[in-house]
Amino acid sequence: MLSIKNLQVELEEEDKQILKGIDLEIGEGEVHAIMGPNGSGKSTTSYVLAGKAGYKVTAGSAELYGNDLLDMNPEERAAAGLFLAFQYPVEIPGVGNMTFLRTAVNAQRKARGEDELSAGQFLKIVREKAKSLKIDADMLKRPVNVGFSGGEKKRNEILQMAMLEPKMCVLDETDSGLDVDAMKLVAEGVNALRDGKRSFLVITHYQRLLDHIKPDVVHIMANGRIIKSGGPELALEVEENGYADILAEVA
Amino acid sequence: MAIIHPKLSGAANLVANYPMPYGAKWANDIRTNAITAFNAQGAPHKRDEYWRYTDPSELTVVPTKPAALFSNDESPMFDLVDCIRIVFVDGIIDTDRSDDLSLIGASIEMLSDVTSTDIHWAKDLYGKLESNGQNPVHRPLAALNTAVAGHGLVIHVTSKCDKPLAINYVHNSETSDVMLHHIIKIDEGAEFTLLESGAGAARFNSVIEVDVSDDAEFHHVRTQGRDHERKTVTHLFGRLGHRSIFRSFTMTMNGILTRNDAVLEFTGDDAKATVAGACAGDGNNFHHDDTVFVTHDSINCESRQVFKKVLRNGATGVFQGKILVKADAQKTDGYQISQGLLLDENSNFLAKPELEIYADDVACSHGSTVGAIDEDALFYLASRGVPRKQAQDMLVLAFLAEAIEEIDNNDLANDIRDRLTAWMEHG
Repeated sequence: MLSIKNLQVELEEEDKQILKGIDLEIGEGEVHAIMGPNGSGKSTTSYVLAGKAGYKVTAGSAELYGNDLLDMNPEERAAAGLFLAFQYPVEIPGVGNMTFLRTAVNAQRKARGEDELSAGQFLKIVREKAKSLKIDADMLKRPVNVGFSGGEKKRNEILQMAMLEPKMCVLDETDSGLDVDAMKLVAEGVNALRDGKRSFLVITHYQRLLDHIKPDVVHIMANGRIIKSGGPELALEVEENGYADILAEVA
Repeated sequence: MAIIHPKLSGAANLVANYPMPYGAKWANDIRTNAITAFNAQGAPHKRDEYWRYTDPSELTVVPTKPAALFSNDESPMFDLVDCIRIVFVDGIIDTDRSDDLSLIGASIEMLSDVTSTDIHWAKDLYGKLESNGQNPVHRPLAALNTAVAGHGLVIHVTSKCDKPLAINYVHNSETSDVMLHHIIKIDEGAEFTLLESGAGAARFNSVIEVDVSDDAEFHHVRTQGRDHERKTVTHLFGRLGHRSIFRSFTMTMNGILTRNDAVLEFTGDDAKATVAGACAGDGNNFHHDDTVFVTHDSINCESRQVFKKVLRNGATGVFQGKILVKADAQKTDGYQISQGLLLDENSNFLAKPELEIYADDVACSHGSTVGAIDEDALFYLASRGVPRKQAQDMLVLAFLAEAIEEIDNNDLANDIRDRLTAWMEHG
């Protein structure tokens, strides 16, 4: 479903290549993980997929179910089924979390030509999903992410994912800033969304998250390239030996 | 040969432009004094300290330039609120479109009737707060208004009013040049809510004097819009007695020139006042100026000024706000915030926050910021599927929300929010 071919990306502001040819095929229902040292281009990959400004694609393609993602603006990518869980969710003072969620859900439904949810329908669904993520009514009322703890912000990302029901979920270091319990809660939220059709790309530094969200394939990224791919055991190898061995092996 | 000072001749020209109302002796005396004051000050000029950021010439040129009428099929402002309605068309009351003015808790009379009456309480208020408010800053267009305004409302509030009074100012003639002057006296323990809407005229000059007695409350929500070519100058003068409450909020959209002056004086202890405003301006023919002067001359009073302006396509917003705390006004809590959100590089926000404090036991704070829309927030919303235009509107509304929250009546605040959303959509 997600097909990335030879993706090469530069920063728009300076002449610096960040991604040097990424190839990645993620099939329906699969969970892939990308691991790698700082500065390897993991987060850039997620931003470029979601359509963040500031990056210039110089070669390659990225398609979701055959639709050219790179040709769409960010809201079209979202409506096409792509979701990015942010490493640093943005605080938006003055916009209520509930209003935000409902606007997003209905904007996507509208873009896909579906009927918008009524306030009542929406409320019923959001309450149910918020409950399983231990998000209380107060968090739904507060402005988006304002004053949320690190764990609350990440749970809020997963709630958005659950409400928007994307086809392809990209999680950018969702485990950063989480304690063990919060990580478990977030992972349970993600696992609840695994239905055999929905696919996931989990970006992380650490193997720990992958104990909870079991990947089918693990990729190691370094210096703008995927240098090695394998099964879950690859993540364990990184956990034990760090990246040095793999980097040396490839070089 | 007599040399005529250009400012003076401008002032004389302006006075001659309006028919001089004739009334009882007390009214004539007040008007004559106001003309003397106005002539002494001269018409405002952009060289004047408080007109440096706003060129007043559109407010002083004779005759005023025509302003196209703005038509829309929107429902009347405040239509969901149970209130007494009064309609002024180009400055003249339209009795057919106005409700019966019997309001429980207040008497409402016409200024033209009152000023022809030999004995009336209005003689102690008409022009009084305006004239007090001329010092230390001159407000010539308010003096001019006191001198030549023949119409307006004289309101005496004796208890808690059961309904708000909603005045709608209809702009119906492209060349109307209107002066309106309302005075409102709120007795001890009484409460009154005034709602205002509409452009009023091609050029609209309004003065409101509000005397809030001890333990009384005044609430004011106003919308100014949406005629693009209108020129508006308003002065809101308030005096606050002991433990009184004064709250005023204004939303402005469109208009080539809007100048809103609020001049408040605390004369009683433990009183609270808020003056707030939200404006959305689009285009280089939009100019909006809030000028506020709050004088603390009593103990333990609280004043808040909260102003937010969203500006795009070359629009200009101005804020001049002052808190003056006199030597005896201990325990004063003064707050002032003015913020501009510029949606492009062609728009301007000019702010002049001022504090002048002579008491030593006070808490005063002020802040003024100007910034662009948060691109990270825009991307975050877009990544969730919200189209850019809608996302921008959400962030603009969120920015203005802080000012709208100063309205303490939820129904009115929601009405303002809904209108703002619709107005941003349709311009």
